[in-house]
Amino acid sequence: MAVISQAEFQRRRARRKWMGRAFHAMCLLSVCIALGMLAVLLVYLLIQGITGISWSFLTSFASRHPEQAGIKAAILGSIYVVIVAGVVSFTLGVATAIYLEEYAARSKFARIAKINIANLAGVPSIVYGILGLQIFVHSLHLGKSVLAGGFTLALLVLPIVIVAAGEAVRAVPPSFREGSYALGATRWQVIWHIVFPLAFPGILTGVILAVSRAIGETAPLIAMGALTFVPFTPDSPLSRFTVLPIQIFNWTSRPQEGFQEAAAAGIIVLLVILLVMNAGAVILRNRFQNKWD
Amino acid sequence: MVRADFDRRLEDLEAELLGLGEMVEKAILKSMDALKRRDLAIAYEVVAEDDLIDEKRFELEEKCINLIATQQPLAIDLRTLLAVLHIAVELERMGDYAEGIGKICMIIGDDEPAETPQKLDQMASMGLAMLQRSLKSLMDRDTDLANDVWDSDDEVDALYASVCHDIFVEMGQNPKSIEAATHFLWVAHDLERIADRATNIAERVIFVVTGRIGRYKPPESTG
Amino acid sequence: MQNQEPILQTRGLSVYYDTKKAVTDVDLDVARNRITAIIGPSGCGKSTLLRCFNRMNDLIPSARVEGQVLFDGLDLYGHDVDPTEIRYEIGMVFQRPNPFPKSIYDNVAFGPRINGFDGSIDEVVEKSLVRAALWDEVKDRLKASALSLSGGQQQRLCIARALAVEPRVILMDEPCSALDPIAALAIEELMRELSEDYSIIIVTHNMQQAARVSHYTAFLMVEEARVGFLVEFGESRQIFTNPEDERTEAYITGRFG
Repeated sequence: MAVISQAEFQRRRARRKWMGRAFHAMCLLSVCIALGMLAVLLVYLLIQGITGISWSFLTSFASRHPEQAGIKAAILGSIYVVIVAGVVSFTLGVATAIYLEEYAARSKFARIAKINIANLAGVPSIVYGILGLQIFVHSLHLGKSVLAGGFTLALLVLPIVIVAAGEAVRAVPPSFREGSYALGATRWQVIWHIVFPLAFPGILTGVILAVSRAIGETAPLIAMGALTFVPFTPDSPLSRFTVLPIQIFNWTSRPQEGFQEAAAAGIIVLLVILLVMNAGAVILRNRFQNKWD
Repeated sequence: MVRADFDRRLEDLEAELLGLGEMVEKAILKSMDALKRRDLAIAYEVVAEDDLIDEKRFELEEKCINLIATQQPLAIDLRTLLAVLHIAVELERMGDYAEGIGKICMIIGDDEPAETPQKLDQMASMGLAMLQRSLKSLMDRDTDLANDVWDSDDEVDALYASVCHDIFVEMGQNPKSIEAATHFLWVAHDLERIADRATNIAERVIFVVTGRIGRYKPPESTG
Repeated sequence: MQNQEPILQTRGLSVYYDTKKAVTDVDLDVARNRITAIIGPSGCGKSTLLRCFNRMNDLIPSARVEGQVLFDGLDLYGHDVDPTEIRYEIGMVFQRPNPFPKSIYDNVAFGPRINGFDGSIDEVVEKSLVRAALWDEVKDRLKASALSLSGGQQQRLCIARALAVEPRVILMDEPCSALDPIAALAIEELMRELSEDYSIIIVTHNMQQAARVSHYTAFLMVEEARVGFLVEFGESRQIFTNPEDERTEAYITGRFG
């Protein structure tokens, strides 16, 4: 027997349906706003900068004349710095993660370390710049070089790599570890033959995230002494350099209209590089994707 | 309580077995009664009712097989079910002996009111007592009572020998009584077998309680 | 003349996780070239006891072992004993089949390879797969992924993997509980064949399986006061038809409260 009348039930049901639809509409609206803003930004960029993209733009150095400005030095600088940052953060990050998850697992030390590492991810990036200046540029006498810049960025993105690698290592099912131990493997063999290969896709994801972050950093590199006007390509790890975000920033602060176009063009180049990197990462990750699930 | 259903079925099964035992007891009593009073009607009943005993035995067998297949019994449950199976067969054979006595009664008919040897009556009551004791020992899981059944068997065997001897003497002295005497020989034989089957039941009871299979071995005399 | 001495013995074996006792004072003799089953209710410490034999409890930081585990007279928990060495001699098969996400060949070859084996890996792989009754089914696709096999085949692969390092003892922790009944029976049949050359200890909660497959059975129990103590040990045909201890009988007839 019904607790409420038929009419009341119908009314309530209708109201629930209406609420469901309203919620759906709200979500749709949010998506439209977010994507819309993104679309507007992209369109504006393209309009502003697409005319600026040319071979000469990509292969010329910066200059005082907007028509002759190019981003050759900036692209190469970004690439070199990011390579250094990637390699260093990968090595240090993976080793740290493996130590914390395998060798020191569940120890008090590991718990404290992990908390602190997570906190480091929230430190303002300028702090890393100052740190880099003091340690790499001055104390280690590396000068305001590509190497110093790379190391600085590596420190910046290290927490990202450690956290991602740590999760990837933790995600390796314990049954595989047990199975290898039971066959007489040493801890090192278990890590090298089983854990690391299986965690690799996750680690790769972490490194890609890190590198994507690094390529867009401006403040720390300015702080440790990257140049803004570079009429040469970096020819050694110890040479001075500039990077794309800095070059773009430099152009936007110039009054001439031509430089605004150049900046927009530079942003497009930066976005394209990011897109290509991420696409490459997705491809790589799919190739290594695990067939255990 | 875990396995309450199985426990209930086992209890029901044992109760039915004891019921079969009662049927057999009645059959033995009736057949001896018919023999003593030359009552052909009762003899006929005994013979007819043996079919019911047979049916009951097969029913019990089926239930045992069912429980063994569906319950995966182990240890004491397994031993109990196997014992029920065997005892049902023993009881059914005892019923056949009672039927045999009834048939003999029908053959003797109501012509000669020859005396039924008194010792036959004794054998019958001893055999009945042994049957009752063996079934009680199953109910109570009492190995001492089961062992007592063995002791009585010796007495029954002695009685049997004595009855046979008496009958042979009678046959020698009175050739006209040979036919009747032969019948009584058969009755004695059937009664001895009834007692013997009771000891088989006692054996199975000992199997259930101790897990020991085998012929009864009288306890070694100490000294 | 075959050695009749037990291949593994425990003396006063107790296992603690921090302060919680999981196994209490167990004295057990494991017969050579026979199958010994360890049965008992959940939480009675059967797996913990099993893992003492190949020192897999070492992997759990809070685990502490007291007493002795003797392997042909050698105390496995002695000072200068390396756990990884033991595990070549005493192998293990787990409850859920856990083949590595590699090829069938690489799975079986894993043990010998990390062991530094320098003979013919092909031969070892074939021999092990034959002995695990899996060769005929996979000989044409050794490079296929191990995960493409059915559950029962995967478990046999794990057995082949364990056999590849030539152990003397095989420990099995509920090896059939994740398999369908037919696959489980196939494993039981394999165990019987293997017991001619290996000593096997199997932990199982399946009474009928223990009765079918083992020569000896040990019954472990847990009570208010004590956890993981040995109640009864004997020949399986005795334990399952007429056990001596009424607690054993209560457990195997399913009358445990």
